[in-house]
Parts: sequence; C-alpha cells; structure tokens
Amino acid sequence: MHPFSYRQASDEQSALSGVSGQPGAAYLAGGTTLIDLMKLDVQKPSQLIDITPLPWTKITELPGGGVSIGAMVRNSDLAHSEIIMTRYPVLSEALLSGASPQLRKMATTGGNLLQRTRCYYFRDITTPCNKREPGSGCSAMDGYNRIHAILGTSKHCIATHPSDMCVALTALDATIVTRGAKGERRIPINEFYFTPGDHPERENVLEPGELITAVELPAMPFTGRSHYRKVRDRASYAFALSSAAVALDIQGGVIKDARIAMGGVGTKPWRALDAEKALIGKTAGPDAYKAAAEAALHGAKTHKDNAFKVELAKRTVIRALTMAAQKTA
Amino acid sequence: MNETMDAAVGKPMDRVDGRLKVTGGAKYAAEFPLPNLAHAVMITSTIAKGRVAKMDTSAADAAPGVIKVLTPMNAPRLPNDPSYSPGGASGRPQDRKLSVLQNSAVYYNNEPIGLVIAETLEQAMHAAALVQVEYKEEKPALNMGREKKNAYKPKAANQEPTDTHRGDITSGQRDASRRVEQTYTTPMENHNPMEPHATTAVWDGDDRLTVYDATQGVFGVQNVLSRIFALPKSNVRCVSYFVGGGFGCKGSVWSHIPLAAMAAKSVGRPVKLSLTRAQMFGMVGYRPQTEQDLMVAAKSDGAITASSHASWSNTSTFDEFVEPTAAVTRILYESPAQETSHRLVRLNYGTPTFMRAPGESPGTFAIETAMDELAYSLKMDPVQLRLRNYAEVDPESKKPWSSKSLRECYKVGAEKFGWDKRTPAPRSMTAPDGRLLGMGMASATYPVRRSAASALARLLPDGTAYVQAGTQDLGTGTYTIMTQIAADALGLPVERVRFELGDTEMPETPVSGGSQTAASTGSAVKQAGLAARDQAVQIALADPSSPLHGMSAADLDVKNGMIFVKAQPDKGETYAELIARQKLPKIEAKIQSKPGEEKNQYALHSFGAVFVEVLVDPDLGEIRLNRIVGAYGAGRILNAKTGRSQLIGGVVYGVGMAMMEHTIPDPRTGRIVNRDLGEYHVPVNADIPDIDITFVDEVDTIINPVGAKGIGEIGITGVVAAIGNAVYHATGVRVRDLPITLDKII
Repeated sequence: MHPFSYRQASDEQSALSGVSGQPGAAYLAGGTTLIDLMKLDVQKPSQLIDITPLPWTKITELPGGGVSIGAMVRNSDLAHSEIIMTRYPVLSEALLSGASPQLRKMATTGGNLLQRTRCYYFRDITTPCNKREPGSGCSAMDGYNRIHAILGTSKHCIATHPSDMCVALTALDATIVTRGAKGERRIPINEFYFTPGDHPERENVLEPGELITAVELPAMPFTGRSHYRKVRDRASYAFALSSAAVALDIQGGVIKDARIAMGGVGTKPWRALDAEKALIGKTAGPDAYKAAAEAALHGAKTHKDNAFKVELAKRTVIRALTMAAQKTA
Repeated sequence: MNETMDAAVGKPMDRVDGRLKVTGGAKYAAEFPLPNLAHAVMITSTIAKGRVAKMDTSAADAAPGVIKVLTPMNAPRLPNDPSYSPGGASGRPQDRKLSVLQNSAVYYNNEPIGLVIAETLEQAMHAAALVQVEYKEEKPALNMGREKKNAYKPKAANQEPTDTHRGDITSGQRDASRRVEQTYTTPMENHNPMEPHATTAVWDGDDRLTVYDATQGVFGVQNVLSRIFALPKSNVRCVSYFVGGGFGCKGSVWSHIPLAAMAAKSVGRPVKLSLTRAQMFGMVGYRPQTEQDLMVAAKSDGAITASSHASWSNTSTFDEFVEPTAAVTRILYESPAQETSHRLVRLNYGTPTFMRAPGESPGTFAIETAMDELAYSLKMDPVQLRLRNYAEVDPESKKPWSSKSLRECYKVGAEKFGWDKRTPAPRSMTAPDGRLLGMGMASATYPVRRSAASALARLLPDGTAYVQAGTQDLGTGTYTIMTQIAADALGLPVERVRFELGDTEMPETPVSGGSQTAASTGSAVKQAGLAARDQAVQIALADPSSPLHGMSAADLDVKNGMIFVKAQPDKGETYAELIARQKLPKIEAKIQSKPGEEKNQYALHSFGAVFVEVLVDPDLGEIRLNRIVGAYGAGRILNAKTGRSQLIGGVVYGVGMAMMEHTIPDPRTGRIVNRDLGEYHVPVNADIPDIDITFVDEVDTIINPVGAKGIGEIGITGVVAAIGNAVYHATGVRVRDLPITLDKII
C-alpha cells in the first residue's frame, strides 16, 4: 500500500474541489472495493476524499411514481427499504444476493456502481492487464478464465463486471445522476458503462472528479413482477457465475413488456434487448422463455474455461423469467 | 490404586480458554507487544523458475521508516544453510528445505526473495513494493499431466511403504464378475487457517533466541532454529500459547520463521513477520494434486477378489512430500489380491505438506467412490457391499484391530439417516420443491498415532494443581481436555487445575499433527497426574501424623483433593493439609509417556460412516447439502462438546474439499490466481446443513492409557466420496475430478 492523505468532505462543494483537477485524488465511500485494491497496489491514490458525510442517504419517492436513491444509501438499507421491496423486488433481491451482511452494511449505492472487476489478473500487479496498464496485454485470455465474460468482450479484455445491484438497475432502466465541473448530468444506466473495446481502462462515462449523487428508478407499473436469480459456486458470499434480473408485464397470459439484464457473463451489466423483443407479444411460458434465452446469449464468445457459461446463462434467464411470472403483479 | 474415577473426562465441559478468546485476552503469535518492535514484510518471487539477477533496493532503502532491506545479495550467511542441497530429503517436517536468502535461485512463484524491515507495518509494506527485481527466467514445469512421464518412486509414503503387493491380481480379476476401473483426480488445496502464519523473534545477546510463533510444534521450531543458527537447543525458546487453526500447514518450520530470526538479529531489535493471505499460497505448504487409478473387481455376491490403487501426486523440484493416498485402500476392505503404489512428479511449486488427513482425504474420495460405482455395477446396496467385504483383521498386516466399531457405525448411521428410504436408481428421488434428491454414503477411517510425550503435575499448598506440557492448542480444545484428564488423575475438580502449554520451557511433547495430541500428550498428563497423586499418597502413608498413616495405598482413593479410605470415606485428609503439615513447597511429578508394543501387535485405527443427502437443481446444477449424518468409533471421547465440534469441523472441511476448494495456478507462471478468501472458496454458513454426529461406544484398553484414538482428522475422511455418491444418486452424473462444481453436472 502506498502512502496517501485522507480528508473528510464537509459538503458537496468541498468534495468536488478536493478531487476535480487533482490527479491522484479519489473519492472514498464504503471503501469495499477501493481499499481492497489499494492494499493490492492496483489503485494508488495519493489523496482520499471521504464522501460518506455527504447527506445523500435518503430513498425518496419522485413525482410520477419513480424513486430516487441517494448515492450514500448503504446496500443493506436499500435492500431492506419497504418501497424497494414492494415496487422493485428485483433490486432488493439482487442486493441481498451480493457480498456478505458486513460488506452490504458498508457498501454504498454510488460505490457499487463503480465496483471493479474480480479478474485475477487485474488484481495482480505482477501480471499484464490492459485494464490496469493499457497496452500491457491481457493475461486472462490464455490464462485461467472460468469466471470471465462471454458477452461484450474484446481482444483486449474479457473481465466480468462483478456487481449484482447494477444488473437489477440495468433491467430497471435506472438513471444515474452526477455532479461535476459542468454541473448536473443525468445518465441512463445503459449509456453509463463502456464495453472494453480498444480501451478496457475506460469503464464508464464519468469525467475526472465527477461525482455520483443519486440513482433514479423510473415508474414502471410491472416491476412488482420482477426477480433476480443468481447462480454461484457456493450458497452465499460468491460472485455470480451467471445471474439474471427480469421484470415481466403479463396480461391475460400474454407478455406485453419485459426487461432482462444479465450478470456474471458480461463485461458490463448486460441488458438483453433482443431477448426482451423475443418475449413481447408471446404467451408467457417455457417456449417464450427459451427463445428469449437463446436471443440473450446470441454472439457469446467463450474461452478455454468458461464455455459452460453459455448454457448456464440461458438456464438462468429461463429460471428468472419462470419465477417472475409466478409472482403476482 | 491406579484407576481414576472419571469425574471430568468425557463431560461436555466448556472450553477453559473460551472467555480469554472471546474477550481478546488470548495472545496469538503476532500479538506480543514487545518494546522497540520492528516490522518485517517479505518480498516474494513473481516467476516460478530461474534466478534473481538483480534487486534494486535504492527506493526502498530511502523510503520513510525503513531500517534494512535484506536480499539474497546482502543477507547474513547462516551457520547452517537450510536451503536446497542435493541429496535425500527425509520427508520429515523438521527437515524442509527453506528459502532464506542464502542464494538467488527461484524454485516457485511467491517464494521469499527479500525482506524489508521498517518501523511500522505500513512502511515495510510500502517499501517492499518499491523494490525492483530482475530475473533470469527459465521454463518451469507446471503441468502434472505433462511431467508424469518423469515420475519417480519415493523411498516411503509418509512413513508407510511406497508400494504393496498381496495375492494374485490376474487370477483375482479372472474370478470377478464385475470390475470398476477409473481415474480420480484432486486439485491442490490450501489449508487457510483463519490465523495466518506469524513469527515474532527476539534475541537476547548474540546467542539466545525467543520466537513467538503460530505453530503446531514448538519443539520442532526450537530444533530447526537451533540447528540453523548453531545454538544449543536450550538457547532457543519457542512460545505458542494460542494458534488460530493449523490443519497441517503449521506443522513444519517454513522459511518465514528463520527469516524473522535473521531479521531480528540483523537489526538488533525484536521483529514481527506475518504472512499476508496471498503469501500463504506457496511457501507454507498445501495439499498436492493427486491422480489416482483405482481398480476394484468383485464376484456377483459382492466379494472383492482384486483391487489396485496407483497414485501420483506432485512435489516440489527441491524437496519431497508424498501424499499417501493409497494407504487407506490397504486396510479398508478384504481384498485377497491387491497392488498399491505411490509416485511423485516434480513441479515448480512450493513443497506440499500434510493437510488434514493427508492421504486419507483424497484416498477415501477415490476408493469410496469406486466402491459406490462397484455397488451400482453389482446392483447391490452400498452399505451391504461394504459389509460383505468387512475386514475383520487388518487385511495388509493381518494383525487384529485393537478395536473396530465400523459395523456399528454403518448401522447407527444408516438408522439415524433413514438409509432404508433410499431408492437406488439415479434420479429416482425428488424433493417436494422439484429438486433432485440424492443420498450417498462412505466409510471414514484414520490411523491412531502416538509419540513419546512428557508432562509435569504439581500439587500446590493451596490445594490446587498446576500441570504443564509443551504441547499446542490449535483451537481444538487441548487446554480443556488436558485439564479434564489432569483433574481426574489427580482427584481434583477441574476448577482447581490450571493447565499450561505452548512453550519449549515446558516438558517436551510431539507436534500436534496426525491426530496424536490426545493420545500422546493426554497419556503423559494422565500419568504425571497419577504419579503426583501416588507421591502424595505415599507421603501420607509414611507420615505418623496423617490419619492415613500405616494404611495400604490400595485401600485409598482421592476425590475433590481429599485422600480418603475407600471403606470409610470420612477418614482422610486433603492434599493441602498434607502439604502444609509436611511444610513442602509442592508435590511434583514429571514423567515421560511412550508407546509400547501395541503397534507391533495390533492394527490401530478409528473408523466411521458418513451419510449425506443432497438436493440438486436439475437445470442450474446447484448442489445444496440437506443433511449429513456421521457415526464414529474413535475410542474414548474426552470431551463430548469439543469432540463433537472437532468432528463437525472435519466434516465441514470435507464439504469444502468436495464442493469448492481448488488452488488454481496460472498455467504459464505457476502463480496461484485465487490467492485470497474471496476467490479461494471454503464453505460459508449457508453451505452447511445440519450435521448429526454420533460417537458409538468404544472401549479400547490397548491403544494408550487414555483410551482416545484422536479425532482431529477422521471427520474429513469419507465426506467427499459420500457427497459425490449422493450427487451421482441425485443426477446420474459421476464426477471423478474435484471439486464437484455445478459446471460439471449441468
């Protein structure tokens, strides 16, 4: 670990001025990713601005039926929030399937959006990694890659996005609200993350110093019928091998609208728009779900150790849809 | 008068050190706040084979707080270099070849190649990251399959014969109607005790060394350090009052222990050196990978006519450790014809070591899975097949068992589990929620070991006793069971016995490994207690002022610290009265307890039976354990509570081995990719179902004075096969390559 200075931000302005235009400065929220990576020398900020004193800790209803979640709302509080549990169960379920109670108590909404990959090689500074050190090469491609991505990969990076929460937010069409040098920005989550392409080191659209202040969920009348299913190597405290966040609008047995996002398989939280299209207008049932799963995994590219993820992800999508459909809207 | 009333032994007594542990009062190796303590951090290799060509330490030397940076180029030369030297390795844990900066060779990734000593841990960590290393790299051997052609035959398999041969395999196979021939493979696994290895070293002058060490064997540490630093043994002291788990990896002296001592000497200050979790993957041992070819042939009635077990495991390129997987096959079933063998493959990884039931864990996975496959092939119930081949005497040595309760274990286990409700066909049972239900079983076994051990028992004027033995408590309950044994031997209530351990200044005891502490040190504590009691009795008998004067020892007993006449219990006196009248400072006995001829006359083993129920999601392949029942015949259980905990812990270790544990080296660099607890999976609470442990009554008067067989390791044996067999029953998929993960069954 490298030496760094630490300061608590007293308000939004002092936070922004502490990091904007200060190379080497970084925001510290729950610290569940950043401190870990600092101990591994993967991230070496010279200054930490602790933003946990900032007052963005509320979950509020928006006019029109949506919900705004403050960036500092802890994962555990969000998961157990009444309004989230009833209106957006998929989000609560996703949060509760992630990490451990201790970590959820620390991790924040804003921080979870910026969780870094668990790729072994990204976390080991002695091995090449294009995400950590652009141009150095990808060790995972020909290394051990059972946990790696099959969707959205490039020849430079196959690292999986690790979050559960972000998969649910992706299915829910969340909007990420930020504050930066240019004032407030509202970024749809589907435009927030980059796939690695030629620049795996760029993971999202945030500008240096730009700070996430809130996440907004739109009103979506059918999200009560939503579900998150995660498949992993042990019963708890493990990252997803595959996961699916789904919501279904079923009327008279026919699917009117649908949302599908996948985790554990993509280089970013993976929205499966083609799979959603495949469902709309179809009779809810195994045939429709199977067609959707096929569409969701279209174009998947596997490596030596992760070929099983294609079939597993399909089955995960089918299971999540089946379970969601059984819920009462 | 040499039998004791068992007032304490066997009772479910709470841990005597429980309060210290939960209040933070128990001091572990890295928790001794010595004045002027400096902190050391290791620099480790990032290649698997070659040499350190150059180390630039200029930035580290100049970093804040740095006292010294040691490298292969500037480290002090040790009087006796424990590094690699050609010639036979004994395979004994105290003779490990170590990496202590005496040369620049690199034999594996994550091997110690330097040491930074600084005022604070953070400063040492920072400086260690600033050291630039250049290597001259060579191509490492990392793949067992590829190197198997160079396998060699070791001289012994962990004190057992390397190969065995009995009967005529060919005719045995000819007589058989069914034959199973399969290969079973197990990956490298790491012990991962909660407490990382740590050593705090302090020199007093140039020739007296004390180390506070997280170890399973304080006397082994004393031995090796005295040899390396050319000191008389009496000048080296090792202290280990509490250990946060060992499972075998703390049974040997590894490189960091002499490195801490070297660092302390080099800077003239006490030095603390803890391993990071990542550093525990390589330099402190691991269970080697194994490849096991099994053949079991049987007649249609299930009688085994021939069997073979050929095993390969990896060792390092510079030292030797054999995982004796086939040893269990030699003793488990009647098999008139049998061949077993062990071969080693040299790879560029650190030296493997003992890991909870070395040999028996992967070995029972192989033989007990093969037995299940044979049962299916014969259309025979797996328990019946095992009973059909029940070994009434040790099939290899033909010696009688000192005791064996395996038949009872099958019966009790099957009844408690409800084995009769099992329908044998794969995929024939489902749970109400639609998941596939599978039931599987396997036998468990572990040898009974005992070594020479000493103990001291001292009766004090206040009517209490102080008892000590240098042994270790790995978290298993040694403090507690020794207190119970001593209390009964002395005729005192447990509250009046203080037992201490973990110091080479105390009577010498063996390493806490091989499940031998209860049998070895327990026997010594019992005999020391009895000897002190007998001394007190003799003093009383000889004392004209004693109410017991002139009586015979055979007429007396001791209870609650009172020596009394059996026929007249109100006639007698207390230890305290006797000691006061005699004006003695203490009555003390120190004895050494040794195994006798029993090992030559009898076969000494614990046995058990494990029954497992799994639920498997038919689409997603998720395997969940529903319940586990284990029944064991393990001799005398010294504490019903800590004993049950030991077995539960062993079973949980087996769950990890069966379903998730897997040390994964990068195929090109030999660097372990999942070297943290986030990615090296061990079971979490949610993975563990109800575990029902039964000890069947077993009185064994042959094995040792306490009648205990040792229960540290038998719990893990059999579990892996039982889980695999249950998964097969549930799904129809036979997984012969551990761990059994969902991708292998969907």
